[in-house]
Amino acid sequence: MNQRMPLDALPLPGPARLADCADAPAVFFADVDANAWRRIAGAVAAGAGRLVAIWGAQDDAGALAVSAAYALDDGLLWARLPLGDAVGYPDLSALFPPAVRMQRAVRDLCGLQADGATDVRPWLNHGNWPADYFALRKPATGTERFASHEADYAFTRVAGDGVHEVAVGPIHAGIIEPGHFRFSVVGEKVLRLEARLGYAHRGVERLFERTPALAGHRVAARIAGDSSVAFAYAYCVALERALGTTVPPCAQWLRALLLERERVANHLGDLGALGNDAGFAFGLAQFSRIKEDWLRENERAFGHRYLFDAIAPGGIARDLDRDCADAMRAQCDRVGRDVRSLRRIYDDHAGLQDRFAKTGVLAPSMAARLGVCGLAARASGVAMDLRTDYRPTPYREIGARRSGEAHGEARGDVAARVALRFDEIDESLRQIRAILADAPQGDVAVQPGIGRAPSRGVGWVEGWRGDVLVALETRADGTLARCHCHDPSWRNWPALEVAIIGNIVADFPLINKSFNLCYAGHDL
Amino acid sequence: MTWQLLKRIAGARAPDEPIPSAADDWRTEAQRLHQHLLDLLGRALNIRQIDAGSCNGCELEIHALDNPYYNIEGLGIRFVASPRHADLLLVTGPLALNMREAVRLAYDATPAPKLVVAAGECACTGGLFTDSYAVCGPVSDLLPVDVQIPGCPPSPVELLTGILTAVRRTAR
Repeated sequence: MNQRMPLDALPLPGPARLADCADAPAVFFADVDANAWRRIAGAVAAGAGRLVAIWGAQDDAGALAVSAAYALDDGLLWARLPLGDAVGYPDLSALFPPAVRMQRAVRDLCGLQADGATDVRPWLNHGNWPADYFALRKPATGTERFASHEADYAFTRVAGDGVHEVAVGPIHAGIIEPGHFRFSVVGEKVLRLEARLGYAHRGVERLFERTPALAGHRVAARIAGDSSVAFAYAYCVALERALGTTVPPCAQWLRALLLERERVANHLGDLGALGNDAGFAFGLAQFSRIKEDWLRENERAFGHRYLFDAIAPGGIARDLDRDCADAMRAQCDRVGRDVRSLRRIYDDHAGLQDRFAKTGVLAPSMAARLGVCGLAARASGVAMDLRTDYRPTPYREIGARRSGEAHGEARGDVAARVALRFDEIDESLRQIRAILADAPQGDVAVQPGIGRAPSRGVGWVEGWRGDVLVALETRADGTLARCHCHDPSWRNWPALEVAIIGNIVADFPLINKSFNLCYAGHDL
Repeated sequence: MTWQLLKRIAGARAPDEPIPSAADDWRTEAQRLHQHLLDLLGRALNIRQIDAGSCNGCELEIHALDNPYYNIEGLGIRFVASPRHADLLLVTGPLALNMREAVRLAYDATPAPKLVVAAGECACTGGLFTDSYAVCGPVSDLLPVDVQIPGCPPSPVELLTGILTAVRRTAR
């Protein structure tokens, strides 16, 4: 643990500890006033804590509130600022750069405004629903119909001799999710990149409130297909915390196995695509074949290639049978060998390394300042990984190790992110073997009991991109009053815009792929 | 390095499992259809994929079509960057309201005759998101859809079957 931001260093009047569970970091909850809201943010920004997410809500009685989640040494702090009828709250974007877009989204969905924020352009509302329609305000049903009126968006303009704009998207040249990139360039050199997202907004958070809590994992699994396990895992932990459900140990271990299988699948796919983006089609052919084998094993063992709905409230949907466990063990050995051999080829290929090295640099100091998370942070020397920072079960038992560059010598370029993915595949394969060897036997699910008094829960897991957060509030009737889902891409998209500066436009696909940030999980 | 590369190519395990029976069907059929297609269009089939608000699960499976197992380019089918080069639009997602205008523009930019294939549960029916304020799908509410491929997400074999079904429909 290298963070130095303990909970007791914060000016907090007695936070409540949410129900502990072995397979997730500790969570603290506190209702705060505007002063404490500001002072906590200031202390976290000055210390080594991090802002994770900001979201708004309106309770059934109509009272508004804004919440912020911070990562501290002891776990996660959920600070909630009740607003009553007021819509203004103290701005956090001056302290935390990723807060800018989170606050704009809070405005679009809840109608709450950060007082003093400088960027107040709409973010998720592209003009396709009325500016005074707030989907997460209770008078709204979330099922209204609107005609589409795509509005213009005020991109920041760069002026000067020879500066021109390149507009890309929302439909991109490849098979990629929708988003718009506006490059300001001179010749081939990128002076500025501004992303506009929100195209994949589907109203996910409102949908949770219309879905029975015990069926919500199906929605969570479909927030982002490549992070299906991470979101379903976080959702189920959050719900189980709120309902006071204890998941059997066997299920806790197998959930981690699923999470690591998802991580390996994505790293395999991206390593192939990164080779391809640098003109090395051999890499794509090799890695995509290995990935296909990996996905087929997912389907044999858990019934779905991308593990959708493998995790359900109370445990997991299907136990791992002995044959599949044996096959998985053999597969780990095989994939480990294949990937090591491919790594030698990548490392020795002068053409590839020429494209990877010093491209898309995210310097360690910049990564820390921007509050970057996940693999992008680790490749830039910011040591953070929920699996090793908080050691939830089973990561404590299997001795999870953090991959990543040492702070002093971190390169933070495409090459570093490629190297990190190779390292993480190796470590995840080791973890999968360890889980298969040591997972306790027994039931893989219990039936969660609903009908408890309204409660809160948080799930926080290290997905393959970074830490995924789900924070929810239950009602007594087994429905959700609010469910906020946070994809790590919220904190990393601004970093991509920095990493591209000074590079040539032609290197953008490569740099973009090295981060491979999520649109659907961000847009919700 | 070159030695490593050659060793890797020579030693790589070629996908050697038997082709699933469904795939046997499409492989032979695909070859016949390919000829149909060449007769009809005088060129290969070009697909422009459009993500209209999918969770990216469908995109993962569409990507998988390019891997050596499915080898979609071997069938003469290519994914292209512009709708102006496309014969077929492969649309995923529940049609997010924020994507409606872009999808409409892409459809208008595609030269006739054009085919539309809706891939995945969301594109076919709206899926979980049917009633949401933020979607205006299914895709068939906006575009004339030729073929719907169910599944969440549809497997690569199902995607291929759907694409070839759409092509066969025009060939007749």
